[in-house]
Amino acid sequence: MRLTLALASLLRHRARTTLAVLGVAVSAALLLDMVMLATGMRESFRELLLTSGFQLRVTPKGTLPFDTEATIDHAGDVLAALRADARIDRVSAIAGGQLHVLATPQRHAANEGAPLTTTFALGVDPAVQGDYELQRGADITAPDRLVASETFLRVANVRVGDTLDVAASFDPQLRTYGGRRRLVVSGVARFLFAPAADPVVAVPLAELQAMRGDEGRDRVSAFMARVRDDAAVEPVRRDIERTIPRVTAVSTTTALVQVERRLSYFRQLAFILGAVSLAIGFLLVATLVTVSVNERVGEIAVLRAVGVSRRHVVEQIVAEGLALSVTGAALGLALGVVTARYLNTILSDFPGLPAAFAFFVFRAGAAWRALGLLVLAGVVAGVYPAWRAASLPISTTLREEAVG
Amino acid sequence: MTAPLIALHDVRRSFTLGGAAVDALRGVSLDVAAGEYVAVVGPSGCGKSTLLNVVGAVDRPTSGIVSIDGRDVATLGDRAATEFRLRRVGFVFQRFYLMPMLSARENVELPMAEAGLARAARRERARELLAYVGLAAREGHRPAQLSGGEQQRVAIARALANRPALVLADEPTGELDARTGAEIIALFQRLNDDGTTIVVVTHDERLASAARRVVHMQDGLVVDDGRSGRDS
Repeated sequence: MRLTLALASLLRHRARTTLAVLGVAVSAALLLDMVMLATGMRESFRELLLTSGFQLRVTPKGTLPFDTEATIDHAGDVLAALRADARIDRVSAIAGGQLHVLATPQRHAANEGAPLTTTFALGVDPAVQGDYELQRGADITAPDRLVASETFLRVANVRVGDTLDVAASFDPQLRTYGGRRRLVVSGVARFLFAPAADPVVAVPLAELQAMRGDEGRDRVSAFMARVRDDAAVEPVRRDIERTIPRVTAVSTTTALVQVERRLSYFRQLAFILGAVSLAIGFLLVATLVTVSVNERVGEIAVLRAVGVSRRHVVEQIVAEGLALSVTGAALGLALGVVTARYLNTILSDFPGLPAAFAFFVFRAGAAWRALGLLVLAGVVAGVYPAWRAASLPISTTLREEAVG
Repeated sequence: MTAPLIALHDVRRSFTLGGAAVDALRGVSLDVAAGEYVAVVGPSGCGKSTLLNVVGAVDRPTSGIVSIDGRDVATLGDRAATEFRLRRVGFVFQRFYLMPMLSARENVELPMAEAGLARAARRERARELLAYVGLAAREGHRPAQLSGGEQQRVAIARALANRPALVLADEPTGELDARTGAEIIALFQRLNDDGTTIVVVTHDERLASAARRVVHMQDGLVVDDGRSGRDS
């Protein structure tokens, strides 16, 4: 009967209740999005780093992967040293550089003029690489093959199977291209660490090094290493830095700590906005329940007069707050997820961010905790007006209601 | 001689209203036997409603003894007073005070639900009570769909829900026209004839004259405790 009364009270003013539920839903959606934002970037980055299973990034001393143009020389020796460590079961060497597209089956660049397009190129060993996922076509199993991102195909206006005339360097004084090759687009790949809007290709490491001439010979930009499951990552990281002083080894954990530091502003912002949305939800429910209770003090006094206990009156009114906040939270969950998806779509074009990176990541545990907090706020919001109404002197209230 | 159902001894009730002390009851002593039908009459502000509230344990006297069925209700805590009102007293108000979003039957069921009666049993009793007050066909109607007289009859059925020893009515015909008021008066008479003890506070002379006993109050005191024309 208490639940019936609570629901009936809410349905009595449908428009008001609907508006309040929508208000709570918006507040819940914002809260959920802030929770998704606060945890999402970190989780997304973590997933990104672990996608290929490599726990260590080895870069030129004092740099982060592809943060600078610095390279590791005598890469073969470093590779051999890393492979010699029994705790490491896989190493991927990566070289980065630019690739100028001079001709495609559809177009040719003007002689000695500007290229058709310039793209970022990764030189990798396809057997052990962890930088892309092949989506269709074939991998770079021969020296004259490349795989490309969808963006590259669009920008260069080429298809899988096309042969491209490319160059690895351009001398602006002589206006000549160096390291020219004819490469066939063998497949399309999703590059994990590249922004979706940037054109990227991958070519065999040895081929890219050869194309770059002296600048690329026995040089790489970074190594990624996978430590065996039965070995601890941190000692391996320390040993690499100790035995190869010209490199920095960054573990996933360390990278995450650095990312955490860089994202702390976002987290603080999300925390503050989340707290504000929680407060708004609380105030909305408190306002509606208080208004509703103030309108019904006579009815509540009658309930008390006919023998309804104070506790049951409080329960009934709190149930109203609970119903409002649960309904609002349920709607807010859907609204929050849809909004987050939309925002992720917009933010996926954020300059410099990997395509696989998401700002808003749904985590069931965090979402339930956030929405549970909102529902709890709704319950608490109902307690004070409920207790106040149930504690009004019955006879005085009835007399005042009769006069009113 | 059997003990009275209601025994008031030197009951006083004072309020502070707008900074001024108001003595609503100034030493009321009154006995009502089980099965009696008592009308309390008097000018506005003489303390009639306060008397009713004190008897029904919705208000506490400043001093004095309020014994209902041998139990001093003036000293009850909130929980015990609530339980007392639920099981021993039925209230009828001038403004009916039905829950607007519940049907007539659900309104009657309300005190029974609070008393913990099973759903089927309370539904059956609510139907019986609505039939008793002549509203068997209106059980699914909400208060807004009922006339004033019908609403008051639902309120009377609600007051009877937990088979109370005592029904207290505060101006039950105050909001009704003459014809509808007469129906309610007849219903109270029938209730009393069926053994229910009734104390009614009223300005309505017809309602007062229908009672077996009329108590006159003035300035917080019982000034005349006589018998009405119905018995004499």
